Amino acid sequence: MAKFFAITIIVIAILSAIPILRHTWVAPEDISTHGHLIDEQMSETMAEAGISFLAAQFILAIFVWRFSNPGPDAKIKKFPGGAKGLVIAALLVVGIEVMALGIFGVKAWANVYLSPPSADAMPIQVQAGQFAFYFRYPGPDGKLGPIHPELINEGSQNFYGLDPEHDPDSKDDIVTAEMAIPVNKEIHLLMHSKDVGHSFFVRELRVQQDFVPGLDVSLHFTATKVGKYEIVCTQLCGLGHYNMKAYLSVMSQPDFDDWMKKEAAMQ
Amino acid sequence: MHDVAAHAAHHAPPTSFIRKHVFSLDHKVIGKQYYALALVAALVGMVLSWFMRIHLAWTNAAIPGLQLLSPNGAPGGVMTPEYYLQLMTMHGTIMVFFVLTTAPFAAFGNFFLPIQVGAEDMPFPHFNMMSFWVTFVAFLVLMSSFFVGDGPTLGGWTQYAPLNAVGSVAGPGQGAGVVLWAISIALFCVGQLLGALNFIPTTLDLRVKGMSLMRLPLSAWAWFITSCMGLTAFAVLMPACILVILDHVAGTSFFVASNLVMNDQMLPHSGGSTLLWQHLFWFFGHPEVYIAIIPGIGIVSHILITNMRKPMLSQRVLIYSMGALAVLSYMVYGHHMFVSGMNPFSSLAFSFPTLVITIPSSIVVLIWTFSLYGSKLRINSASLFALGFISMFVSGGVSGFFLAQPSIDIMLHATYFVVGHFHLVMGVAAMFGIFAGTYFWFPKMAGRMMNETLGKIHFWLSFVGAYCIFMPFHYLGMAGNVRRYSTFVDDFLQPLIPVHRFITIAALITGAAQLIFLYNLIHSRFWGAPAPDNPWEATSLEWSTATPPPWDNFGGKHPVVYHDPYQYGVQSSVGDYVMQTSPEQVKTEHEEK
Repeated sequence: MAKFFAITIIVIAILSAIPILRHTWVAPEDISTHGHLIDEQMSETMAEAGISFLAAQFILAIFVWRFSNPGPDAKIKKFPGGAKGLVIAALLVVGIEVMALGIFGVKAWANVYLSPPSADAMPIQVQAGQFAFYFRYPGPDGKLGPIHPELINEGSQNFYGLDPEHDPDSKDDIVTAEMAIPVNKEIHLLMHSKDVGHSFFVRELRVQQDFVPGLDVSLHFTATKVGKYEIVCTQLCGLGHYNMKAYLSVMSQPDFDDWMKKEAAMQ
Repeated sequence: MHDVAAHAAHHAPPTSFIRKHVFSLDHKVIGKQYYALALVAALVGMVLSWFMRIHLAWTNAAIPGLQLLSPNGAPGGVMTPEYYLQLMTMHGTIMVFFVLTTAPFAAFGNFFLPIQVGAEDMPFPHFNMMSFWVTFVAFLVLMSSFFVGDGPTLGGWTQYAPLNAVGSVAGPGQGAGVVLWAISIALFCVGQLLGALNFIPTTLDLRVKGMSLMRLPLSAWAWFITSCMGLTAFAVLMPACILVILDHVAGTSFFVASNLVMNDQMLPHSGGSTLLWQHLFWFFGHPEVYIAIIPGIGIVSHILITNMRKPMLSQRVLIYSMGALAVLSYMVYGHHMFVSGMNPFSSLAFSFPTLVITIPSSIVVLIWTFSLYGSKLRINSASLFALGFISMFVSGGVSGFFLAQPSIDIMLHATYFVVGHFHLVMGVAAMFGIFAGTYFWFPKMAGRMMNETLGKIHFWLSFVGAYCIFMPFHYLGMAGNVRRYSTFVDDFLQPLIPVHRFITIAALITGAAQLIFLYNLIHSRFWGAPAPDNPWEATSLEWSTATPPPWDNFGGKHPVVYHDPYQYGVQSSVGDYVMQTSPEQVKTEHEEK
């Protein structure tokens, strides 16, 4: 029974590692300027966690195989080095390992969150509400008009509660249901929630950030590859949470300009 | 040890049926009541998980009979998206609170902590009785939400604000459902606080002569440390729940910000903080993870030592590691909030203690595995589950390396990777601790032996099954599979549905295997072979008294402790061990005083 246990753990450990080694299920290709740092951090962590996982399971299997159900004459033995050696090993090996991960990981985090967007980053506002995203572009004046929550009316398609008649900044604002951005252009995303908590997750962009009702947060990123990607909500927001999504189109600059003209004409 | 407290714990045996079996002051009966409650809760939680898994794998499949539970939530037996979320919320709440907290801590702790320290009972038996009955009422309140209004809340066991505070405008179950949830959890907190108030003085004040702190078994240490954590963690969650209730019924806005709009109407709230809830919840929530797992660490250590026939490499290192886990667990809670919108510098501040917590966890695993070296390991149902616990604790623990880092969390947050992580490390591992404890202590609790063959079959199906269910969760998460979706409609999720189907089949088989355990438990309770006083040749105090223990635990005697808790591998008149209560002098390497 003990030998069977040992074999089972080893088989489970190896089978668990195979999809990782074969990259059977992985994140899609990175299309952001910062994502490679996250991917590298992920690979390093996978190597360290993977080795720890296999080593721990194998040692457990070997000891269970070797030391179970011995004969009546067997004597108990103590592991040479005792607890002191193990504690020192844990402090040194695991301690250095995790500290290294933590320290090197700061760079990947800082790139997304601790550096401000550049001055010429393109501002886009995204509003999340049960169960849709709406995007707002400031138009030629470069300014987003104020939001009047009391004016929000989905029936008349005033998703943001804008008042273009009284607010000059709102006059040229362009509100869309799809997000389009030019390739290789930094985007400064201003995140606003209309009602409850939501999240903005684009796997290819290596971006995930919650919306905080009552507190507008911002994010900046640059997409490097033209294509169409899915934006999904990852913060449980109600019964339609599973279906809260929008598309992100990364376009060449001329295509983006055309798209923007079309959207402006439709406002 | 202390006369006043010892006197308080001394009370006359009951005579009526109700005082013996229902409103009992006896810690052993209360322990069994907690165990029964956890068993019922676990069955409910497991059946809910079956419903969820079937729905995730075959969205339009009708589940026969589900419409009886909720005609609106599952018309014709086909689950609606909101009903999926409602069942998911109930699954999480039931499992975390009413199974993982009650069974390893309140059930086994109540039954065995006083006996392991040599006491007649807990110091405050009335509080102890209240602790159980308040928890029982909390469970009934939670269950009642299935049948009230538009059903239970759909906000997940974490109940994030402001979804939890704005009322039924936010969706089904967000009115009465949330209020019942919050009442239930607030009551649960009261129950656990009353429990902690008993566990702490039992450990500190009711130890018999010779039982120094360092001579306490590791399980007793684990319950003591857990009760200290419970005292601070539940004391934060309870007021948080009360504030949610006030937001619903008293027009306050603790968790609702200004200017929020739902259904084109502005909400009548202003000035609250939505992140405040997350801070309060996770200040409780992360210690709660350790409240669920530290008793398992103690129980598994206790059982492994008995079956290895040798002490751990270091008793002290294990105690200090459990203490370190408990203290650190309060400093890491922000790792649940890396992308929540809190200050990004805070994320870094919370990341490092989270990484540091891997050190005491690794020490515990290293001490366990390397203590196996040179042992005379006995394989039985209890030791198999204890070994399985180590394997699961490692597998669930290593994924913590990823989630401790804010940069990686950008990709893995709110995905199935997190679901796999916490199910392995605090769900399955803690359940394995409960199973190990059951197979080990059942003879003492019920006076009868459990069936070993059925126990081993139960182990193999559970062990392999749990890996088949929860390892693929990690792969799904790495591919970006978002959690808490009732249906997978996004293009990128379509290729992952076959993996979900595999998991569902594994979950149904593994769940069915738990019925073997249930059968074994009930059958052995009535028809099992009578258990001797010390069937495992163990050393601690619970094995020195009769099986099952008498009303006052030691039949009017006050045991005296002469030895460390785990004197195995020695030569004594009874075999390779000497009991703590035996005055026999044996040659040992080292003895605590």
